[in-house]
Amino acid sequence: MLAQQLVNAISLGGVYALFALGFTLVFGVLNVLNLAHGAIFMLGAYAALQAVIHLRLPLLASAFFAMLITGVAGWLLDRLIFAPLRARRAPHLVPMIATIGLAISLNSLVQGFFGAENLRFPLDALSAEALSLRGVQITWLELRIIFLAFVLMVALLWGLKKTRIGCALRGLAESPKAAALMGVDVEGLFRMTSVIAAVLGGMAGVLIALYTNAVFPQMGQPMLHKGIAVVILGGMGDIRGALLGGFFLGFAEVFSVAYIGSTMRDAVAFGLLFVILLFRPEGLFGKAAQRRA
Amino acid sequence: MTVSTRARMKLKQTLLGIILQLGFACGVTVAAEMKIGVAEALTGNAAQYGVPIRKGFELAVGELNGSGGINGNKIELVIEDEQGKKEEAINVFKKLIFQDKVLMLFGPTLSNSAQASDPVAQAGKVVVFGTSNTADGITSIGNYVFRNSVTEADILPVTLKVAAQKTGLKKVAVLYGNDDIFTKSGYDNFVKALQALKIPVATAETFAKGDVDFKPQLTKIKASNPDAIVLSALVAEGGPIMVQARQLAITLPFIGGNGMNSPRVFELAKDSSDNLWVGSPWSVENPATENKRFITAYQKAYSSLPDQFAAQAYDAVYIVAQALKKVKPTGKLDADRKALRDALPGTQWTGATGPFKFRQVTARDGKPAGYDAVQTAIVMMTKGNQYVIQK
Repeated sequence: MLAQQLVNAISLGGVYALFALGFTLVFGVLNVLNLAHGAIFMLGAYAALQAVIHLRLPLLASAFFAMLITGVAGWLLDRLIFAPLRARRAPHLVPMIATIGLAISLNSLVQGFFGAENLRFPLDALSAEALSLRGVQITWLELRIIFLAFVLMVALLWGLKKTRIGCALRGLAESPKAAALMGVDVEGLFRMTSVIAAVLGGMAGVLIALYTNAVFPQMGQPMLHKGIAVVILGGMGDIRGALLGGFFLGFAEVFSVAYIGSTMRDAVAFGLLFVILLFRPEGLFGKAAQRRA
Repeated sequence: MTVSTRARMKLKQTLLGIILQLGFACGVTVAAEMKIGVAEALTGNAAQYGVPIRKGFELAVGELNGSGGINGNKIELVIEDEQGKKEEAINVFKKLIFQDKVLMLFGPTLSNSAQASDPVAQAGKVVVFGTSNTADGITSIGNYVFRNSVTEADILPVTLKVAAQKTGLKKVAVLYGNDDIFTKSGYDNFVKALQALKIPVATAETFAKGDVDFKPQLTKIKASNPDAIVLSALVAEGGPIMVQARQLAITLPFIGGNGMNSPRVFELAKDSSDNLWVGSPWSVENPATENKRFITAYQKAYSSLPDQFAAQAYDAVYIVAQALKKVKPTGKLDADRKALRDALPGTQWTGATGPFKFRQVTARDGKPAGYDAVQTAIVMMTKGNQYVIQK
């Protein structure tokens, strides 16, 4: 049972981490708590589902289609909401409230078009075939989720450290004003960050929809709550923190079910989170926040 | 368009409206002598139940009126949308009872709403007849409250017994949603039935509404080595649970409550849905003549297959029709309403859901109250994305 629960925890943690990556990126660079990230996540799942059903695309192409749609959504999000608010120097709360409005509108729109009920990917779209290793069942999909989470995390970390854009992004996170004075295209980078974050969120949506066989308009809501917890645990705006936090929550949930009881799952998982924050209020990787201050 | 022509057109439209309304009103007073109110959730989340219920009512009333009505009188349905909300159900009940002056009421769709609105009918001394309220205690509200919906407390023991006999299970694991009143009460009823059959529970696991990942619970269940998994879930969670169980190589039978009794299982858990046992008051596979006749008529009218909710609504109209035949209309609303109430409890009927009669329940204070259904459940097992009746 232990080995199987480990596999369960790693794949669940991978999805949480993937979701939290985009979330924390927007916070770190744009300094906005994007509460529409859950809705973008849901949008990704629906986009891929529609591509599979109506455009008859294979799964991989559908995932790219979902990335395209959520990327456009991320671009629009910055163009129509964040950019005008930045230009007006609106206080922090304003873009956050705007994203709540956007999330509700997106949820209602999707519910209006596709209905409130659960949908799932058609069977032939994914290989539900499980590999059996010494009694541990692991599907190809779980392997892909784990793989993808690690690849994206490494790519993001490397990109931020080594590339010129990454350097500019870090500068931007530090101080937009200083970055602008250094000749960085601040507006362009803001927009790009919003797009990347949305694509990551949409990807997480596609993966969890495949992993759990459930697509429904409210699917982003619990994810958003967990995402906020993960990002705060990891340290607001920190990439490594989001990853570690994601896996932490995945493990905490799975192992509280395994060894304490499923009734206590959320109480234990979030209780642990609370305790950690009590001792490390800045989160696991809280340096960025200190630097900002 | 000039102002004068626009005004003229408006006048024409208004006149047309008045004429239409007059004609309509006249038609109503001549033809419809038996007004029956329908308060169901026709919009909102509960509309998935309310809409087939309305279709069931309309189909049965159409048939009855088409064959001469009740002793020559036609039935007229006054249909209102209670949106699956308590407050709206109360409003609609008041409108139907006091404004439309209906003889009796069908509805509301959800047990939650019935708890709130049925006391209004009881106080007004009007029969309220639920076709989809399965929660405990609805009929203990009073002696004007009737239902033909069979409760989970009646069905689950039968399902368990048949499944235990056929599969020879010795111990079970239980998985249920613990933050939903319906799945929680399903769990309570399962536990009672398991105790009665002396079947031990290896482990009881829970999940919450909106959960999508059930593998931790299922892995734990697998380790506890049961012979079957008792599942009290709605199909939205139950479908993924079955898929994930099969992915974990858990091939055990699932024994489900009423929430799992839905063709949606075959969409959400396609090809992973085998070996699920459920009990139901109605089945599309039931070959009884009355059921076949109902299914054919429903398909002809709506070009889709009926569900359990349509079947129970359809039968409810015929049950009431048997009682109405014994009531001589006096023209006095109060007297007619009471006469109908007095005629209903003795009614028996064999319809799409099989042989049916009423059983009086007692209120919490021990006094006799409303009436529940007495009906045998049909136990089914899924095989090849289909329900197969188990005798």
